Amino acid sequence: MPLRAQILETLQRDARLTAAEIAVMTGSDEKTVTAEIEALEKEGVILAYKTLVDPERTQSKVTCLIEVSVQPERGSGFDSIAERVYRFPEVKTVFLVSGGYDLLVMVEGDAIRDIADFVTDKLSTLPNVRSTASHFLLKKYKEMGTILVEHRERERMPVSP
Amino acid sequence: MKPQTIESSQETVSPPSRRRVNRVIEAMPPSGIRKFFDLVMGRPNVVSLGVGEPDFVTPWHICDAGIHSLEMGKTSYSSNQGITELREEIAAYLKRVHQAEYNPADQIIVTVGGSEALDLAFRAVLEPGDQALVVDPSFVSYAPLAAMAGGEPVRVATTQEEGFTPRIEDLERATTERTRAIIVNYPNNPTGATITQEKLEAIAQFTLDHDLILISDEMYHPLTYEGTSPTFAALPELRDHLILVHGFSKAWAMTGWRMGFTAGPVDIINGMLKIHQYCMMCASTPSQFAALEALRHGADEVEKMRREYDARRRFVVHHFNRIGLDCPTPYGAFYAFPSIRSTGLSSEDFAQRLLERENVAVVPGTAFGECGEGHIRCSYATSMADLRKAMQRIESFVQSL
Ligand SMILES: Cc1ncc(COP(=O)(O)O)c(C=O)c1O
Repeated sequence: MPLRAQILETLQRDARLTAAEIAVMTGSDEKTVTAEIEALEKEGVILAYKTLVDPERTQSKVTCLIEVSVQPERGSGFDSIAERVYRFPEVKTVFLVSGGYDLLVMVEGDAIRDIADFVTDKLSTLPNVRSTASHFLLKKYKEMGTILVEHRERERMPVSP
Repeated sequence: MKPQTIESSQETVSPPSRRRVNRVIEAMPPSGIRKFFDLVMGRPNVVSLGVGEPDFVTPWHICDAGIHSLEMGKTSYSSNQGITELREEIAAYLKRVHQAEYNPADQIIVTVGGSEALDLAFRAVLEPGDQALVVDPSFVSYAPLAAMAGGEPVRVATTQEEGFTPRIEDLERATTERTRAIIVNYPNNPTGATITQEKLEAIAQFTLDHDLILISDEMYHPLTYEGTSPTFAALPELRDHLILVHGFSKAWAMTGWRMGFTAGPVDIINGMLKIHQYCMMCASTPSQFAALEALRHGADEVEKMRREYDARRRFVVHHFNRIGLDCPTPYGAFYAFPSIRSTGLSSEDFAQRLLERENVAVVPGTAFGECGEGHIRCSYATSMADLRKAMQRIESFVQSL
């Protein structure tokens, strides 16, 4: 596996590892790893280092998944309308998808009221938006590959042959 | 839920008028692992590098195949040898990975873990008084299984300098006219050692020279780093003298399913099958369906786990050497076997004091034989967070000496 791929795999498991640690874990040296990470950042392969937090324990926000059907535009297709949507700071995620609707939009607000306002005032009034269907998020089970619900302890024997 | 120990009953038994327990069993010392297990149990906040099984849960698609088999009502006995599809898949795997042709009809048995395969091998081959050469240090079960089969285990010492593989002259010296079998295990538990093609061929030649049966435990064969591990099964001249033992516990993270298998010459497999059919009937049927899925579609998951072990392996080896505990690079399995000689402590003292002072559990090398003296076995089938904690604690322990 090339070093680049190894670094990415390692960082995606734990973004807090230092370049020195990654160097040890990949059998490389710190300088090379540092340079490679800088290149990955510069090229926009690594976009951000964030923390995955269990929403159940910090819960204060309301999240809503909104299916949006839009009329694509000549020349820019879905991109310009998508931009009109993702520029709103309360919008956390925007995906263009195939199937019964076009954009899947995830919105966060302090209360249901905020999201209702966002949908009626800002989203559905955009010129190319044909319709929306909102689904409030009730519970997260898994996010970005991490299972959020079970903090099941492994039942391994502490010492075994 | 955490594993719990149940207090053993303390009632004193008055000396029986007749012997009640077989003398061989009674004389057998309890496993050195067991002693450490007892010390560790009941201590809170222990970081354990003492675990001889993966920290990963079984890949979900494999669990799902097991669950599906139950839903389909696959709850009966299977044929003694194991379900046909699984034996065929094992034969295909052995051909693909070990370059060895085995006939699924009469050369393969699906067993209850590699453990049962080892037991069958010794029992099928050894007669009372026959000797079996056991490399030292080695997996805790070999010598007891040989003894319980009526044989006499003869330990052959190895050293770190020799990469924990036996020297042929030492094997020769230990051989008598009563020697019938030799058991080897590469990649190795507890040392993490692999074997070179040259040494492998020399051991094969030694086996043939003395007309022995070679039991090769290749349980960790899929878990090698920086290159693959040569396999005895790939040597055509050895085929008639080789019992291959393998299983799903380690590489596929399936310890609790109890799935292993063995392959060998028709006459020996037939002998092993007789024992298996009388004492086991067959391996667990749902587990066999899970194992089938593991062989058919598990390669990617095995590779993912292998890569993660590899990263941790480099991490622990680096830190042991940095701390001043000379650590030979392990190229297989998921164990590091650093030397603790520089501390002046015995393996047992080191492990015990480390546990008491710093709450880190490791297994003293002597649990695997006398030649393990001066080493500790540290399993890196442990999360990075725990490994990091363990290395810090071991460092402060070593500095305090
Ligand atoms: C070298 C070796 N062989 C065999 C076994 C037995 O494994 P299982 O019976 O789970 O297949 C183990 C387990 O620790 C092992 O380390």
